[in-house]
Amino acid sequence: MPLFKQRPQSAYAAFAAGLIDPSRVTPSVIAGPKGKAATRRYNVYRNNVTVSLIEALAAIYPAVQRITGDDFFRAMARSHIRITPPTSPLLFDYGRDFPAFIQQYEYAQSMPWLADTARLERAWLDAYHAADAEPLSSDALAAVRPDRLSDVVFKAHPATRVICSRFSIVTIFAANRGTGPIGRIDASTPDDALITRPDLDVGVRHLPPGGAVFLKSLIAGRTLGEAAACALEVSRSFDIASSIAEMIEAGAFTAAILGDNDDH
Amino acid sequence: MPAKTVVSSFVLAGAVSTALATLAAAGPLTKAEVDAATAAKKEKCFGVALKGQNDCAAGPGTTCQGTSTADFQGNAWKFVQGGTCASIELPNGKHGSLKPI
Repeated sequence: MPLFKQRPQSAYAAFAAGLIDPSRVTPSVIAGPKGKAATRRYNVYRNNVTVSLIEALAAIYPAVQRITGDDFFRAMARSHIRITPPTSPLLFDYGRDFPAFIQQYEYAQSMPWLADTARLERAWLDAYHAADAEPLSSDALAAVRPDRLSDVVFKAHPATRVICSRFSIVTIFAANRGTGPIGRIDASTPDDALITRPDLDVGVRHLPPGGAVFLKSLIAGRTLGEAAACALEVSRSFDIASSIAEMIEAGAFTAAILGDNDDH
Repeated sequence: MPAKTVVSSFVLAGAVSTALATLAAAGPLTKAEVDAATAAKKEKCFGVALKGQNDCAAGPGTTCQGTSTADFQGNAWKFVQGGTCASIELPNGKHGSLKPI
């Protein structure tokens, strides 16, 4: 038997409106067996929706939860949910705006590294759910003629993400994703992270100075020569060889491509 | 405007050659090793990481979260202990803390 007999779309809208807003009265489209208001029944839905969304955020952002503690996290998550209801039924896709919310959340201002830590966690999950692809082999790069190397462009692996921060987010992330003891962490070292999933496991790596610019340039379709030059502009100590080795080892790309005048 | 950095083909060829040598040092896996490694990782189940979230989630102790109009946000700073934030430091001596502003 259908829940709503008339005008289902508007009835669903009325039903949904109060789910994350407890200040609203129980919608009149629902009623108990004898036509009474169904406030207690409706509250079951309110609680389930709110707690489910908090649990979804906790599953996506476990390091943030460990850093803040459960009570603070749940209060912060609830505040976010109230102003940002889901727009998709896919819960793993929910919470994309949570890092930006944390950044401006009044009570998290004393933890300026928290929003970037959340961005790294989001990138981890996006990498986890990205399409599978075979990473670029070192043989494929070895097959490029040495005098054509500067013109090579790379195709990014669907899982590859680069997150840059003024804070030590990789260290903070790594220490708080597990349950082990945590020593003192100096949050002040700028940290750029490379997130990849060449096979089935997501990997997170520190990038050296210039490394993020190098990879972002390649991901954006710049040539190897241009990307190396950009990285050297940022950091004179940028090591091209070790960065190329690392990007292949990490599985950040799937193909090395030469342009139209390719004759190799 | 600063002089634009140019990386010569010679430098790049040397870098790629060094990179490939580094990678080769790790040693290619034999087919048997690749198969074993692949089999060991085949347990990935899509979606399992976020399982159960459409179930009834509001158990005892959580049932006020959807209906309370109390200002959790205003009280959030009281919920301070239990996290690891105090171990994360900035050089000015400011620890992470959840105190009211």
